[in-house]
Amino acid sequence: MADISTSKPAGGGVNMNIGKILLEGRAFFALVAIIIVFSILSPVYFSVGNFLIMSSHVAIFGLLAIGMLLVILNGGIDLSVGSTLGLSGVIAGYLMQGVEIPSAGIILYPPVWAVVVLTICLGAFVGAINGVLIAFFKVPAFVATLGMLYVARGVALLMTNGLTYNNLGGSDALGNTGFDWLGFNRIGGVPIGVIVLAIVALVIGLVLARTAFGRWLYASGGNERAAELSGVPTRSVKISVYVLSGICAAIAGLVLSSQLTSAGPTAGTTYELTAIAAVVIGGAALTGGRGNVRGTMLGAFVIGFLSDGLVIIGVSAYWQTVFTGAVIVLAVLLNSLQYGSKGR
Amino acid sequence: MTVHQAISTGTTGEVVMKARDVAKHYGAVKALKGVNFDIHRGQVTTLFGENGAGKSTLMKILSGIVTPTHGEIILDGEPVTFHGANDALARGVSIIHQELALAPNMNVRDNIFMGREIRTARGVNFAEEERVTRELMLELEEDIDPLTPLEELRLGQQQIVEIARALQAKSRILIMDEPTSALSASEVEVLFKVIRDLKAKGVSIVYISHHLEEALEITDHAVVLRDGEMTAYAPRAEIDLEWIVRNMVGENFDLGSPPASEMGAPAFSVENLCVPDPSGHGLVVDHLSLEVKAGEIVCIYGLMGAGRTEMMETAAGRLKSTGGAVKLHGQDISGLSIAERINAGLVLVPEDRQKDGLVQTMTVGQNLSLASIGAFTRGLFTSRKAEAKVVDDSIREVTVKTDGGAAMIGSLSGGNQQKVVIGKMLATQPEVILLDEPSRGIDIGAKAEVFKLLAETAKNRGLAVLYSTSEVGECLSVAHRIIVMHRGRISAEFDHTATKEQIMAASGEAVH
Repeated sequence: MADISTSKPAGGGVNMNIGKILLEGRAFFALVAIIIVFSILSPVYFSVGNFLIMSSHVAIFGLLAIGMLLVILNGGIDLSVGSTLGLSGVIAGYLMQGVEIPSAGIILYPPVWAVVVLTICLGAFVGAINGVLIAFFKVPAFVATLGMLYVARGVALLMTNGLTYNNLGGSDALGNTGFDWLGFNRIGGVPIGVIVLAIVALVIGLVLARTAFGRWLYASGGNERAAELSGVPTRSVKISVYVLSGICAAIAGLVLSSQLTSAGPTAGTTYELTAIAAVVIGGAALTGGRGNVRGTMLGAFVIGFLSDGLVIIGVSAYWQTVFTGAVIVLAVLLNSLQYGSKGR
Repeated sequence: MTVHQAISTGTTGEVVMKARDVAKHYGAVKALKGVNFDIHRGQVTTLFGENGAGKSTLMKILSGIVTPTHGEIILDGEPVTFHGANDALARGVSIIHQELALAPNMNVRDNIFMGREIRTARGVNFAEEERVTRELMLELEEDIDPLTPLEELRLGQQQIVEIARALQAKSRILIMDEPTSALSASEVEVLFKVIRDLKAKGVSIVYISHHLEEALEITDHAVVLRDGEMTAYAPRAEIDLEWIVRNMVGENFDLGSPPASEMGAPAFSVENLCVPDPSGHGLVVDHLSLEVKAGEIVCIYGLMGAGRTEMMETAAGRLKSTGGAVKLHGQDISGLSIAERINAGLVLVPEDRQKDGLVQTMTVGQNLSLASIGAFTRGLFTSRKAEAKVVDDSIREVTVKTDGGAAMIGSLSGGNQQKVVIGKMLATQPEVILLDEPSRGIDIGAKAEVFKLLAETAKNRGLAVLYSTSEVGECLSVAHRIIVMHRGRISAEFDHTATKEQIMAASGEAVH
């Protein structure tokens, strides 16, 4: 019964409010601080051009992090997103190279839109396997998605024999050009990857805030038993979040391989951890039920702008790792400050 | 080394531990409101009280698990503050929980010495541990080999192991929470013999039981709690069963009377319902049949483990039955999911509102509207306006005291939280509402309001209401009929003119 209320802050002095604002908006203030510090340290950091380049890097992690947010809101974890990203890129590359059908003796070159749809379906399928294992066979999310991490990576390596698909440009003669559009083109100066991220973030944000599914997700993450007894279809919700996470990973895979115009089987290794970090920095609770898209986006930008800033000012990659780690631990520390006082 | 050198100094009957004005508040909830009583050397003091009266809170304070909000514990004439259960244990106070805190995969010896192994330079001295264990078992006159895995022992024997563990720690004060609730009659005899032996050795016992007569057999002093206050305290010689019941239940606080509602056709019925025991053998609900008419309020009275919760959870669709039917307006709904049953008009207000009723991460409004999201979804999206109306209507209907729908659910008192759970289910416009212990852990004023709410909804909406309780006073409030359950079956049925004694007798609680 420890959860019976810390009632509203008594007195509500100005100091307390500033502390509270700083705590609740911590990801935002961290981002502002990062931008200010690097702008002082490097003359090239503070420019629209640089922000857009950095944002297109953030897009990859951001997409993964949105999928991860859904899973974490449900009280789960999805360790397979990095591998799913890699596998999606490889599948896209494989389809772009043409599918040979030996019996008919022809090579099929699917158009780019079909490649995109098939790749997203693959992501959804990988997520569905995770979801069914977790929701129906009660495999702990950590274990099920850890297994999928290996399996998806292994399949990607098998398909390419460890090699990388280059030359994803397609050709006019085959009618499958345009794959690099996702990674290279810009609309109104904004990279397509960033626009994709913005659309996904808006849609998921709306789903979370304004649909029955969103409410079900928060409820089953906060207290699955209570949600179930209130008529929430907790199993479908659970499967859906892993499917959505797989889809987000597939989209990220498409964007990444398009940016690189190549699809390697090892792409996205350890990206799942960055995605988890972004969600946590964004204030979500790993126990489920707390968090939102805005926070997660801020978290992704904090990580992206920090690591790119360190590159720009010439700090060694080893130090970047140390800094990123420190930021994550600090974020979790602040999370427990915020939620700890409320109890569970 | 004998096991109990430290225990038997001092004279029997002298006060070893006192609680002085001990209170515990959880936010707005006053679980305990200033309790005074004494524990005497070599004697048994029993705490009587209904669920939510504050017994377990008091026990946790005495054993150092919980620190009191104010008041003090006096041990051997000196005020003490326990820093956790281990500190209390070090000073000779130990507690045996209803749910035994032992490791079933380990043997008796290792359980007794768990966390305080006899260590030497070369590791644990198992030989010495085994010798002490044998000695303890000899002392308790139980033929249990120290190397038996705990899971191979009967529950009664496991309890003995737990007692041995307390004795090994040289406990002078032993707190036992419902030690007999899972024991067979012969195991209870053994336990009582052990308790008498312990008394003779100067160990003081604090005993808690719902089996009043059983407790009277063993106790030397009685303390009665009600709604967090101590209502009575007397030595055994001055009291009897009626005295306890009177002080437990209170001078008939008005919890309402059955509403004059128009009764319709049977809205809810279960027929020959069987639910297996989770342990795998036997049935917790044993070929049970009952029905509730529209507009009727029926109360199920029974002790813990009587099968009330299992019956209700099976009816709501959480547990699977192995036989029988659950019917809504005569139609079998056994195959439906929880959500489908809610849509059909059958809802359950679960017993444990923290675990099963509320989502602590959400606001009052989100909790209230959780079960009826469909009612304010327009197309793809929820309508804020329509939701606000559902929430405001609910808050008004069930009279939740809150700053509004946006307040966090944790900011409410227990009674108001309970009203939110009830309001959430009423918002689905049900025809049948099952409430499992709706009055658990809420104070008497809130209880009266909850029962008034049930009476009104039954009368105005023609709702069929079935609620369970383990407090006999609450049977004789708004219920038209009272069904007594005992070991998965209906042992008696009364109308609202029954007496408390009749009901308790039928539950197997008071009279054999």
